[in-house]
Amino acid sequence: MSAQFLQFLLAGLTVGAIYALVALGFSIIYNASQVINFAQGEFVMIGGMTTVSLTAIGWPLPFAIAAAVLAAAAVGLALEKFAVEPARGASVVTLIIITIGASILLRGVATLVWDKNIHPLKAFSGDAPIQMGGATLVPQSLWVMGITLVVVLLLTWFFGRTLLGKALLATSHNRLAAQLVGINVRHVLLASFGLSAALGAVAGILVAPITFTSWDVGVMLGLKGFAAAILGGMGSGPGAVLGGLLLGIIESMGAGYISSAYKDAIAFVVILAVLFFLPSGLLGKRSTDRV
Amino acid sequence: MLLKNLLAAVVAFGCGIAQAQEPVRIGAFLAVTGPAAFLGDPEQKTLELYIEKLNAAGGVLGRKLQLVSYDSAGDAEKARTFAKRLIEQDKVDVIVGGSTTGETMAVVPLAEAAGMPFISLAGAVVIIEPVKKWVFKTPHTDRMACDKVFVDMKARGVAKVGLISGSGGFDKSMRGECLKVAKNHGIEIVADETYGGADTDMTAQLTKIRQNAQVQAVLNAGFGQGPAIVTKNYRQIGMSVPLYQSHGVASKEFIRLAGEAAEGVRLPAAALLVADKLPDSDPQKLVVTHYSREYQARFKSDVSTFGGHAYDGLMLAVDAMKRAGSTDKARVRDALEATKGYVGTGGIVNMSATDHMGLDLSAFRMLEIRKSDWTLVK
Repeated sequence: MSAQFLQFLLAGLTVGAIYALVALGFSIIYNASQVINFAQGEFVMIGGMTTVSLTAIGWPLPFAIAAAVLAAAAVGLALEKFAVEPARGASVVTLIIITIGASILLRGVATLVWDKNIHPLKAFSGDAPIQMGGATLVPQSLWVMGITLVVVLLLTWFFGRTLLGKALLATSHNRLAAQLVGINVRHVLLASFGLSAALGAVAGILVAPITFTSWDVGVMLGLKGFAAAILGGMGSGPGAVLGGLLLGIIESMGAGYISSAYKDAIAFVVILAVLFFLPSGLLGKRSTDRV
Repeated sequence: MLLKNLLAAVVAFGCGIAQAQEPVRIGAFLAVTGPAAFLGDPEQKTLELYIEKLNAAGGVLGRKLQLVSYDSAGDAEKARTFAKRLIEQDKVDVIVGGSTTGETMAVVPLAEAAGMPFISLAGAVVIIEPVKKWVFKTPHTDRMACDKVFVDMKARGVAKVGLISGSGGFDKSMRGECLKVAKNHGIEIVADETYGGADTDMTAQLTKIRQNAQVQAVLNAGFGQGPAIVTKNYRQIGMSVPLYQSHGVASKEFIRLAGEAAEGVRLPAAALLVADKLPDSDPQKLVVTHYSREYQARFKSDVSTFGGHAYDGLMLAVDAMKRAGSTDKARVRDALEATKGYVGTGGIVNMSATDHMGLDLSAFRMLEIRKSDWTLVK
């Protein structure tokens, strides 16, 4: 394995881990409500920007991070409570349009609460690059990959072992049946928005030291996370992670070996090809239409 | 209708003497909001501040100045509409504006058709090349930035350069200009990589450049957050050849974002950026220190070169009116074209029939970032 290849791989894995976190957020809400929440990228932004502004006024980093995740979760809950829930019974398309509206609103509010500048965040543990077989890695990349791994493990535990997690899963499989066995579907929906927002915020905080953060950082990350979720199979947890990592690696390899000008194009061509042959994504549930 | 015309004629006649006291109208359309707000906002503030100051000092030709300004939000279509209004309804005497090249180019045909002196505040070479009779501009061009960088590279013995640029309008335009002028300086571009505007990692592109053993220096033509990420990645993968950035990131913001990685980076920039570091003998010292002091005192924020462009635009217009002795559009245009030795924030302006910008390479200073601050490269 050449040093060059390793460098591309590491770069791809770092970016891919972030895509995976954003994609997981998409999947959770999709499972609970069949809604694709296009405000997911804004949670990423809220996480990053809140951490930046709290550390700027002297909060220690761990507290700032915790507060930022809570703030994003609160915004996620409010979004569900005040925008999605009042429209319950509306078609899924209507709900998706509501989330698009919410994303525009959140971006607008962010420019007022904060500003339109780009902000750096200090890396969690220094900037000195780590050498690995001729390739280099910043310590923050390890944080990104490590925390993504921890989050994935926590989610597996949450969905497999806790009542709320199981209720979420049950709702995703059959909403009506879940309601009939006594699951409060509305609470489940609320929880899914809160959880997704928190996940988005974690992604936003982790990535801020590498890519900076600003009021519109969520647009592109949201889009890439969405693409990753589609690639892996919308609604599938492992699919979101796989999709995110694959997308990151394809982008990085594409830029490195083929052409940096067509980096995004290469990634999207691969996604189109996957969807053409596997319409429900790599690990998605095969959907069957009843005739 | 007839009555109305008659009335208008009588009023106009009756006010013949008062007419002299009509204010001189300076028209402006600027991207005060929207994605290019970082250009339009300081431009608008600068125009307001200096029109107020000029009026306090008695105005121009014994008349007060009046600013008629519209927010184009960086939209070429809006810019066109507002420019039309400035010309037809507001009957301004000169237009100083156009924060972006897109807006400017949309307005050029209007100004040309109406015979309206138009001083643009946008960067690209196309605005003044080919020369348009009524159109002038104050900012440096991207071609000058390429020239300045290549001259400095040559002086350091660099002949083979790796280029990395973003995919935005500014980035693409500068990349094109650099590719075009490189051979004039005996410089060969041996690597040419690009990245997307919202990309978060450029190590792949940089690794590719690093693999190319010929590369003796790297130039990043870019704008926004991209160059800061390039700089961080550059240090991360341990590249040691000199790194050059463009004037597109010539602000403290860049140093703040790139942090320690910015050490040793060189870039061309206007004198305004280093106002306090210029030697007293520098011809621009006086004007740039005055402007930055006034601006900071009034708005409590750092000066940007963009506000400086608006300052130069306004002062060039006023200077031309004084020399023309009137606000007659044709005479003001001729006076603008005859501007010689005007010292502004952007440089020393010597216009001619073939050059409607009038700046040479001395307008750019080569800076190096040391200890998170600018230093002038001798």
